[in-house]
Order: sequence, then structure tokens, then C-alpha cells
Amino acid sequence: MSAIEIVRFAIRGLAANKMRSALTTLGILIGVAAVILLVAVGEGSSQSIQKNIAQLGANTLTVSASTQGGGRFGGQQQQSSGPRTQAKALTVDDARALADKAAAPNVTSVSPVVSANSQTASYEGASHTISQVVGTYPSYFEASNKPVAKGAYFFNDDVLAARKVIVIGQTVAENLFGAVDPVGKQITITGVPFTVVGVLKEAGSSSGFQDADDVAIAPLPSVQQSLTGFGPLNQILVKAASADDVDAAQAEITSVLDQRHGIGGAVSADYQILNQATLQETVSAATSTFTVLLAAVAAISLLVGGIGITNIMLVTVTERTREIGIRKAIGAPRGAILGQFLVEATLLSLIGGLLGVAIAVVGAQFTIAGITPVVVPSSVVLALGVSVAIGLFFGSYPANRAAKLRPIEALRFE
Amino acid sequence: MSLVLDVRDATKVYGVGETAVHALRGVSLQVEPGDYVAIMGASGSGKSTLMNIIGCLDVPSAGGFHLDGVDVGGLDDRQQAVVRNRKIGFVFQSFNLIPRMSALMNVELPLAYGGVKPAERRRRALASLELVGLADRVNHQPNELSGGQQQRVAIARALVNSPTLLLADEPTGALDSTSTLDVLGIFDRLSAAGRTIVVITHEPDVAEHAKRVVRLRDGRIIEDTRLAPVDGLPPRLKEVTA
Ligand SMILES: Nc1ncnc2c1ncn2[C@@H]1O[C@H](COP(=O)(O)OP(=O)(O)OP(=O)(O)O)[C@@H](O)[C@H]1O
Ligand SMILES: [Mg+2]
Repeated sequence: MSAIEIVRFAIRGLAANKMRSALTTLGILIGVAAVILLVAVGEGSSQSIQKNIAQLGANTLTVSASTQGGGRFGGQQQQSSGPRTQAKALTVDDARALADKAAAPNVTSVSPVVSANSQTASYEGASHTISQVVGTYPSYFEASNKPVAKGAYFFNDDVLAARKVIVIGQTVAENLFGAVDPVGKQITITGVPFTVVGVLKEAGSSSGFQDADDVAIAPLPSVQQSLTGFGPLNQILVKAASADDVDAAQAEITSVLDQRHGIGGAVSADYQILNQATLQETVSAATSTFTVLLAAVAAISLLVGGIGITNIMLVTVTERTREIGIRKAIGAPRGAILGQFLVEATLLSLIGGLLGVAIAVVGAQFTIAGITPVVVPSSVVLALGVSVAIGLFFGSYPANRAAKLRPIEALRFE
Repeated sequence: MSLVLDVRDATKVYGVGETAVHALRGVSLQVEPGDYVAIMGASGSGKSTLMNIIGCLDVPSAGGFHLDGVDVGGLDDRQQAVVRNRKIGFVFQSFNLIPRMSALMNVELPLAYGGVKPAERRRRALASLELVGLADRVNHQPNELSGGQQQRVAIARALVNSPTLLLADEPTGALDSTSTLDVLGIFDRLSAAGRTIVVITHEPDVAEHAKRVVRLRDGRIIEDTRLAPVDGLPPRLKEVTA
């Protein structure tokens, strides 16, 4: 009795009950596909977030106000309390101090940033809500890694003169202008006219939560005058000379701001400095939790599929006990019976597993909830391995029970 | 002459204590090659129990038996499977064909477990089916065959490995008179060809075909009558071939 023969018997056994075999296979298929696809979605979202962060540039630091810092009554807007006990907002003067070569030699450029969210822009009847309008200095384009595709940046002169010029992102350009070249055209943002001087290069990767191309960038004072008012800055973007100087630059920023904000002793910092590395750590911790959660959900469905196989094998073996008795009566050795049922269980899970992989790989070609899934090879190997192991493990109990029966016991079985 | 079957003082007890059933109380039976034995007896007298032990489907509680000179009780699981495969052909009252498998595949099955190559298997299975007169039904599944035809497939399956001993437990019990005659005709011709046969039956008509009749009562042999010599022809052969 050769191995091929046993496999042929197993296939015949499965074919004898096509519906049941198909449904069991389906259970495993869904489990395997879910594991691979959900892990791929997790990986895809994590990769796209990482890419967005990487776009910041390795030597860029972001200084933003921290609501936790300052004194007990800390709060950015509060002006009345004593200076030592109150959080100070970030100001353009802070930015100027950071640009001082003597105090911060490792800093190459400083860009103060204000931003206004969800601003309605219009051009000749077309209108679009820009998710973020940024007011800043020209150095921002380089520091934040946002090159222009058409037209030009604005210049320091434009900042000094508070000119109403603006550089728009691809999404804004498409929605307001369609095929028309936006450069030189005038748009209005909440009633204030701005002249488009440039269009940003498409950032492409959206994290699924936010469109990186739905932005507009204008000189700082222009945005303050027309949209945000002359309040505190939202952040200061600092560029270090090189990636190696980031730590030194961070130390210099800390000492300059500590001095200006009176931080030290009992007063904790009222600002926070983020660099790409720390941001990536935080985000990857968050996304890996997310991925693990997805994988856990998927693993449960794989387990349910496995229980399905055990159930089917138990039913199959019980239902075919007489058949097993007949086979033994005509001289089937124990190994052949055991082999046949084990191969049946393994085939069910293997076919289910392979179809699951195929479906997951096809499914991963589509964008799911704004995320392009990235199939992780180890998840494919794991899901397939687990599904076959499930078949073997859960199939071996009923198969072994069947093979051990004495012929007469099996034949008398009702 | 060496015996095909030599049962020595076999007993079989089902269950224990007060509920124990003594199905066999010391049965000794010797069968020579070429003999055709009918085992008769009332219901519950232990015929099937004896047959299952001889067919290696069950084990006796005490006593031993030799099959073709081999002490079967001393064999392990694997070797017993080989004995069932090579030395014994078993025909059941309820046919016991495997459903959803064609007649041909059912008959090929013992050869498959015996490790015979597919081409040879097919040839021998077809020859066996030919012998029972079912050459035109080889691709039918059991549920597409009549009871008599199913039993003939089962006989073909039992014969396909040329076993030393053909056992049949009430092979005609579920058949009408025409099918019964078909089956008895096959047995008579097999006996005439020299095959050793042991058959259980309730019906005296069936027993008359045998060369020897053994009667059981309450797990003991009470009568052993010879109707025809071992090396002669079965008594009713002429009738069935006419
Ligand atoms: N598995 C079993 N467990 C317990 N008792 C059994 C078992 N099989 C048979 N018996 C008992 O053993 C005795 C002999 O049974 P057996 O089947 O050998 O009878 P039989 O001669 O074949 O009868 P029948 O002509 O009705 O088929 C009976 O009393 C029966 O109840
Ligand atoms: Mg019986």
C-alpha cells in the first residue's frame, strides 16, 4: 500500500462528500485569508505612517507647546498669572532666538508655523475646504521636505511685506482648478484673496486618515492677519545641520527655550520637542499594537476553522465507522486507515490554506479603507503552517480512534 | 493432510460477572482443504461468534486456532491484517460493500491493501467479477445494484485474493430465491474447483449444498454430519449447473 494510494483514497473520501469538504475548506480559507489580510492592512498602515514621518526629514525637529508644562495654572491662553507659574506660548521671538547662531550653532534654519484648519477656499465658483492652511517662512519648504512641482516658493520679501501669496497642494489644485494651471490665479480663503505662486509636488502617500496633499502654505504674517490672528505659534520647525547634529541641536533648543520660558527647578517644560526618531518610535509602538490586535482577531477565526475540521473529522469517522470495519475486514492495516484520515484532514486544511493565501494576496492588491495592504511573508508562512498543523493535530484524534478499532467493533457500530 | 482450519476448544464470553454471556463453550472444529462446511443452529447459538473468530475479526476468550498451519492468536496487529487480506475471504449477510465506490473498485480494494500494482489489480478484479457473472456491471455503485448483484460483488471481493478459506455468514439471508440460487451455484462451482468454504445458514435447503453439516447449540457442537466426501463434488452441483 503506497503513500500515493493512501492519498488517492483520501481524495476519494473527500470527493464522496463534496459539500461538507467545501464548507470545512471555506472555514480554514476564511481564517487564513483573514490572518494574512489583516496583518497586511496593519503593516500597510504602519508603513505609510512611517513614510509620512520619514518625509519630515531625518534632521528636522518640531517644537510645539505642551499643555502639561508650566505652572499649576498652566495654559497657553492664560495671561494674568505670574510669569514663573505659567506656561508661555511659543512666539516668533522664540523662533528668532533659536535662529541665533551664537546660542544654537547646530541649527541651520528655523520656521515658525501657524496653521488654520478647514478653511474654505474658492476660485471662480469652485470651492474646496482646505484641511490645513499653514503660515510660515520660506525655510519651511525645505525643512518639511515639501518641494514645488509648478511655479515657485514665496520669498522672505513676501513674508516681510505680508503679501497674500500662497503655495497650494495637489488636492487643492485639482479641486479648485481642475486642468487649469493655478499659478498666477487668485483664490479667496474665507474672503481674503491670495495669489497662487506655486503648486507642491504630490506627496502621494496618505496615511489613510489625512491627505498630505490637502494643504496650502502662505507667508506667516499673511495667515495671521487674515485667518488665525496674531496669537501664539502652533509649532516651530527647526532644521539641524545634519542628522548627526540633531541631538546637539535639541540640547541647544532646550537651553534657549528653558531660559526664555523660565523653566527649571519646580517648573517643568511648557513645550515639547519631537524629532523623527522619537516620533517613529511612538507611532510604531501604536501601530504594532494595532497589528497585534488585528492578528489576534484573525487568529481566533483560524482557530474556529480548526475546530470545524475536528468536528468534521469526528463526524466523518463516526459516520464511516462501518466502512472502516469493512476495510479492516478485508485486510487494511492500521497505518493505511490512519493515513487515509490524516491525509483527508490535512488536505482539507492545506487546500483551505492555499486558497486563503491566494485570496489574501489578491485582496491585498486593493486599497482597503484608504490603506494599501502590504503582505508580510512571515504571516503567510505562519497562517499556512498553522492551518496544516491544525489539520494534523485535530485530525489525528479521530483518525487514531478509527484505526485502533477492532474490525468487529467497527462493523457492529450503529 | 494439513488442515486449513484447526479450532481447539475455543470459548467466547461477552461481558463479565452476572451479565456474562457464554457465546462459545469450547468449540473444536477441523476443516480439511477442499471441504464445504455448512454451520447450522438456532438463533443465538454462537454461529456468528465462531465465524468472526475464524475470520480474524474477533479474538476468542480462551482456546486457540490455527489457520493454514499458523497460530493466529500469536500474530500482531499488522500480521493479522495480512492474514485477513491473504488467507480469508469474508462474505457478510448485509453485503458490506463500500458505498459510492464502483463494483470494480470495491473488488480491487483487498488487492490495493495487499500492495498489488494497479494494472494487475484491475485484471484480477475483472476476472473475479466475471466469475460471479457481473462483467457487465463493473462500473455500477452498490446503490445501483440489486441485493443479489451486491452479494455477488461481495463474493468477487472475497475471492479476488484467492484466499485459503472462504467464509460466509448467512450469505443468502437477505436474498430472494432466485438470487439465493445464483449465490449457491457460485459456491458449488467454487467447491468443485477445490476451494475451501465455510458457510453459516438457517435454511436446510442451503445446507444441503454442503459436503458436511455442523450443528451448534448453546455454544457447543452437537452434530457433525458428512453429506459427501471431501475430495468429491458438492452434492447438488448438477442441479445448479443444469
Ligand atoms: N457483542 C456482543 N456482546 C454481548 N453479547 C453478544 C455479542 N455478540 C453476540 N452476543 C451474544 O452471544 C450469543 C451468540 O451470538 P451469535 O451472534 O454468535 O449468534 P448466532 O448463532 O449468529 O445467531 P443468529 O442466527 O441469530 O445470527 C447470543 O446470545 C448473543 O446475544
Ligand atoms: Mg449470526
